[in-house]
Order: sequence, then C-alpha cells, then structure tokens
Amino acid sequence: MSLFWLFLIILAIALVGYVLGRARALSSAGGERSALHSLPSYYGANVAMKAAVPAFLLLVIWLLAQPFYVNSEVSGLIPDTEIAEGSSRDLVLAEVRRAARGLENAVRSGAMTEEFASNARADISDVTTRLKEAGQIVTSEISQPILIAAQRYRSLSSIGNFYMSIAVILIAIGGALWGLRETKAEFRARNTVELGMRAILVGAASIAILTTIGIVLSLVFNTAEFFRIYPASDFFFGLTWAPSFSGRGGTSELGIIPLLWGTFYISFVALAVAVPIGLFAAIYLAEYASSRVRSTAKPLLEILAGIPTIVYGLFALLTVGPLLVSVFGDNGIGIMKAGTSVMTAGLVMGVMLIPFVSSLSDDIINAVPQAMRDGSYGLGATKSETVKQVILPAALPGIVGAVLLAASRAIGETMIVVLGAGAAARLSLNPFEAMTTVTAKIVSQLTGDADFASPVALVAFALGMTLFVVTLGLNIVALYIVRKYREQYD
Amino acid sequence: MNEMPKFEQATEMTESKISAKKVQVYYGDTHAIKDVDIEIQPRSVTAFIGPSGCGKSTFLRTLNRMNDTIDICRVQGSIKIDGEDIYDPKVDPVQLRAKVGMVFQKPNPFPKSIYDNVAYGPRIHGLARNKAQLDDIVSSSLQKAGLWDEVKDRLSEPGTGMSGGQQQRLCIARAIAVSPEVILMDEPCSALDPIATAKIEELIDELRANYTIVIVTHSMQQAARVSQRTAFFHLGVLVEEGSTDNIFTNPEDKRTQDYITGRFG
Repeated sequence: MSLFWLFLIILAIALVGYVLGRARALSSAGGERSALHSLPSYYGANVAMKAAVPAFLLLVIWLLAQPFYVNSEVSGLIPDTEIAEGSSRDLVLAEVRRAARGLENAVRSGAMTEEFASNARADISDVTTRLKEAGQIVTSEISQPILIAAQRYRSLSSIGNFYMSIAVILIAIGGALWGLRETKAEFRARNTVELGMRAILVGAASIAILTTIGIVLSLVFNTAEFFRIYPASDFFFGLTWAPSFSGRGGTSELGIIPLLWGTFYISFVALAVAVPIGLFAAIYLAEYASSRVRSTAKPLLEILAGIPTIVYGLFALLTVGPLLVSVFGDNGIGIMKAGTSVMTAGLVMGVMLIPFVSSLSDDIINAVPQAMRDGSYGLGATKSETVKQVILPAALPGIVGAVLLAASRAIGETMIVVLGAGAAARLSLNPFEAMTTVTAKIVSQLTGDADFASPVALVAFALGMTLFVVTLGLNIVALYIVRKYREQYD
Repeated sequence: MNEMPKFEQATEMTESKISAKKVQVYYGDTHAIKDVDIEIQPRSVTAFIGPSGCGKSTFLRTLNRMNDTIDICRVQGSIKIDGEDIYDPKVDPVQLRAKVGMVFQKPNPFPKSIYDNVAYGPRIHGLARNKAQLDDIVSSSLQKAGLWDEVKDRLSEPGTGMSGGQQQRLCIARAIAVSPEVILMDEPCSALDPIATAKIEELIDELRANYTIVIVTHSMQQAARVSQRTAFFHLGVLVEEGSTDNIFTNPEDKRTQDYITGRFG
C-alpha cells in the first residue's frame, strides 16, 4: 500500500469520526444543542483529532526508524571482504539499496517475476543483465552477497511497510473509538480541542528550533572532522589561503585570516554606506515626511529589500564595477585594476542594506513616545534639534541593534561578493583590490570536484561554523540591546 | 457683586496678555473649535474646564502653535499675544514656543539627567554664555519649581527615575528655564496622586506672581482652587468665561450650571 493511500485512509477515518462524533454528541443530548457543554463541531473535531494525530505521529516515527533498522539488519549480511580498498561500508550499503530498488522496479514493470527477484540462488550475471535491460541502472556487476543483501533489504522493507500500514490504521481506528466513547453531553470537548491546538502549535515551533539544532550539529561534526586532519592553529592564525585541489593531502594552506579580513572589510564599506543613508532616510520618513509621502516612499524603499541578491550582484558586476574602473582605473587615478573589488561589492551591499537599516530605524524612531517630541517642541526646539538631542539619544540603543542586525546580514552575504569582489583571498588595505569573503569561499570549496573527505572540502564546514558563531554573537548582542531598549518605555 | 463684572471687563480691555478673536480650528473636516473669543489676563491663572472632547486642550494648543505639528489641523481667526498676531507668517513658531511654554498631561522628562533636562531649553536658545550661568539658570529654575532641595545632590541622575509628581515639577522647571511669559498646562495633575497634586497646585499659585498661566483641568475643585478666571467649553464653543467665583457660584448659562453641579460631563 503506498503512502498516499495510507494518508487518505487516515483522513477518511478522521472524517468519518468527525461526522459520527458530532452526531453522537447531539443524540446524547437528545437533540438539544443547549444541553451540550460545547458546540457539536467540537465533539466531532475531538474525535477527528484523536484519530488522525496519533496515527500521523506513528507514521512519521515509523518512516524515520525503519531505514535504520533495515540498514543495520542488512549490514550484517555483508562480509568485510566485500568492502573494497578505498571504499566504505556506507558505499556498499548504498549499492545494496540501489540494487533493491532496481529489483523492486523490475518486478513492478514485469521484467522479472516475483519468484525470480527473491530467488537467493539466481544467477548473478543473469540478474544484472535483466536489471540493465529493464532500464534499472546498476553501476557494476552485482556480487553474490550484495544480491542476497538486496533481496533481504527488499523483503524487510515490504514487511515493514505492511506492518506499518496495519499499525497506523489500527491506531487511527482506536483513536476514533476512544474519542467516540468520550463523546457525551457533559464532556468538555471544547477544552480538549484547545489542548490539541496548543500541542499542534508547540509542535510547529519545536520543528523550527530542532532544525536549527540539527544544522548546528551537522556543522559541528564536520568541523571536528576537519580539525582532526588540519591543525586548528594553522586555520585560525594562518595568513595565507591557498587550497591545493590537485594533490591528495597536498600542501594546502587554509588560513582564515585573509577571508575574515575580506569579510569585515567589505561589510565595513557596506555599513559605511547603509547606516548614514538608511538612518537619514528613516529620520526623514518618521519625522519630516507628510503622511502622504510616507505612505508611498516607505513601500518604495522596502522594494529594495525584495530584490534578490543575485540581481544586486549583476548590478555590481555590470554597472558599479565598470563605473569605478573608469574613475579609479588605469585611465583615471590608476589604483584599480579590474571591476571586481572590495569597493564594488561594499557599495552594492550597502545599497542592499539601506532598506534594512531604514525600516528598522523607522520603527524604532516611531516607538519614541510622542510626549518626548511634544516636550521638546514645547520648549521651542526645532525639528532637527529635537531629532538630534531627544529622539536619537532615546532611540540609540535600538538603532545600534538595527545596525548590528544589518552587519550580520552583510557578513553572511554571498552572491554580491562572488560577482562583485572577485575570488582572490588577499590581505590588503587598498579597497580597490579584489578580495573575497568566508561565504564566497565556502561556495567555491564545496562546488569543486575535491574529495569530500579531504581538508580542502571539509574546511568549508569550519568556515561555516566560524561564520555561524560570529553572526550568532552579533545577533545575540543586537537582540540584547534592542530588548533592553524596549523595557525603557513599556 | 454687581459691579465686579463691569470692573473686570474694563481691565480685560486694556491689558490682556492673550487676546483671541473668532478662533476656528479644523481637524480635516471636523470643526473642533467654533468662534472662540477670549481675553486672558497677565500674571493670573485662567482655567479651562469642560467635558472630554469639548476642545479645551485643542484651544490651549493653538496658543503656542503646538497644533502646527499635526498635519490635518487648520487654525483661523486671530490670536494676539501682547498685541502681536502669533499666526502671522512672519512669526517663527519656534521662537513663540520659547515665549509660551507648555507642561503636558503626562510628565515627559527626556531620558537625560535632571540637569540636562532643565538645561535643554537654555542650551538650544543660547541663554547662557558659560557653564556658571547655565548652572545658575538650572538651580534657579529648580528652586522656582520647588524641586531644588529634593534633587540638588543628584542632578546627574536620570530624570525618568523620579516619582511622577517630581517628574511633573521637573517638566515645569524645564519650561521655566527658558524664561517664558506664558505657561500653558494641559491637565498637569491628571496622572498624579493627591499629595503630588497639592504640591503642583501650590506651585502654580506661586508662579502666578511672575507668569501668565493657562491650565486645562478636568477637576472643577482644582479650577476653583488655583484659578482667578475660568472658561467653560462645551462642544467646541466657549460657553461662558468670567471670574472663577462667579462661574462657580453664579453661572449665567444653564449649561455651565448643569456641568458644575455634575448633571452632565
């Protein structure tokens, strides 16, 4: 039975449970709605919830757990001799799974009979040719242990799926019956449904948090693996970034300093552009603009935030870069060699951050109580005096928070850097030279054809982890400042 | 008793501080203030009373052009302070507000130190030539507001950390520091407890010697306690204006009578 049908069956049981529960509630009160504790639909929802939620939970857990169980069972069938030099048990298991899927598909398309597919003594070359003929790609000749393992894998999976269907449907029916048994006039269905809603919402929130933890864990393990084969001190304090993709374990120099330097340099230029412009725009919108100007200008400014960063990257590559070269290049001042530079990427990234800074600052400035402005105007202060001496000091912690949030976005930005700043890791003070950042290097380390177990590829995780820690730190500081500020007026 | 109104009429005509004629205020399409004529006397306290939404705060805010900060608000008619029309295009509203100070309903000290709160106005108007002069202005303003003894040892602490009554007196000191001639008070005690209210009322009575004070209040007892003249507003119209004693003991208009006896509002 396919998952889709199982899904539909559970839904059907829940739906029937809903209708029955509703009817049963009404009849238990003798058709008198007012005698019920809750509205009839709550009784129905209670039954449907008890039918569907545990069943779906079981389904999900079973689907997650079954592959582990089957893998460990099948893994035992593969002798160590079967694992070739330079390969691993995981790779052989992947081969087994491919073969099992091939058998399954071949049977379904009629290229093999069920007996043939599960015949342990079948001729290996015959199986291989038949699989190939059926269009099921098999990478190499299947060996005897792999065939046996694949057959075992197939049978375990199908048995597992069968029991899963039975168990899930039984749970659904059981849940529906339990819900129906509860359904009496005095049963507090409304409160139970409320609890159920709460559980569903908590579930949604925890999935988001668990995913974050999962991402961090996946980074941590790979980072630890990297530091096992490459000294951490060389990584954190090395002044050269020169990965060697060619030789296995060749003399790669993977110092993070040039990348961090590029990251912070470009972010600094970006913030130097975005903070004054964004802040002044926010002050104009919040304090000076009439409500008509504000209602058109603010959405227009926020459109900037909706432009994909790759488009900004193109803008940097095609417009800003050549423009800067024409002024600072060989025909002009002569300190810029090519269109890709820290300045190009920084300027464009600054433009990208303007709406970010202005929108957040605008909210913060608006949160400064009107009484502050009145107090200042009432003493005969002008608008700019009021902004400078009362509003900005009051809003400063919030604005600092907004700037820090913008900084963490700048540090994490990739596409503008790839297109605007070049790919050369360099320690230089000249903002018109090409440099690169941590994020751009992560992309280039992982998209090459380097062996995934080599330091040249694994360094990407260490880079990612470093970046994660830096931006997390910035975000925590920013949130702390913003929260502290909020308490002041509430 | 009968001669009193006549006598007052005469004084108003000659030396009123603020003179408003045919004042209309519109919020967008709403006609909030209709045909208000009033003469406000110097060095006295005038109270505006009336039910909520009657326009008394709106009218108060026209006297130092605070309504300019609201986009949709329009003012017509003439308001003269010392014979000068304050809505004349030549008048700078910023200068006007230094002359006509304001104290608001809720104490609104700036999130700065007590000293900086009081020094704020003198600093932006350049009233002090050096630090010593500024110190003098701050201490004398705080003394006039009756706050000096309570705060003289903690001038560098934030003004927001004081009690509500102290904050309101700080706001009064802040207004006094720019040496205004008129002080407008928009329900200055509505957020305060009775003891703090009593202190503010006492202060208002002392300030009367040097300043022209206009106070909006919801409390008729307060109007009776602190003011020499009272104006009753209802639905955007100035119903009756006269000496406080007269208004409270012998109102001419039926609506005033009903309001002060608590029949509506």
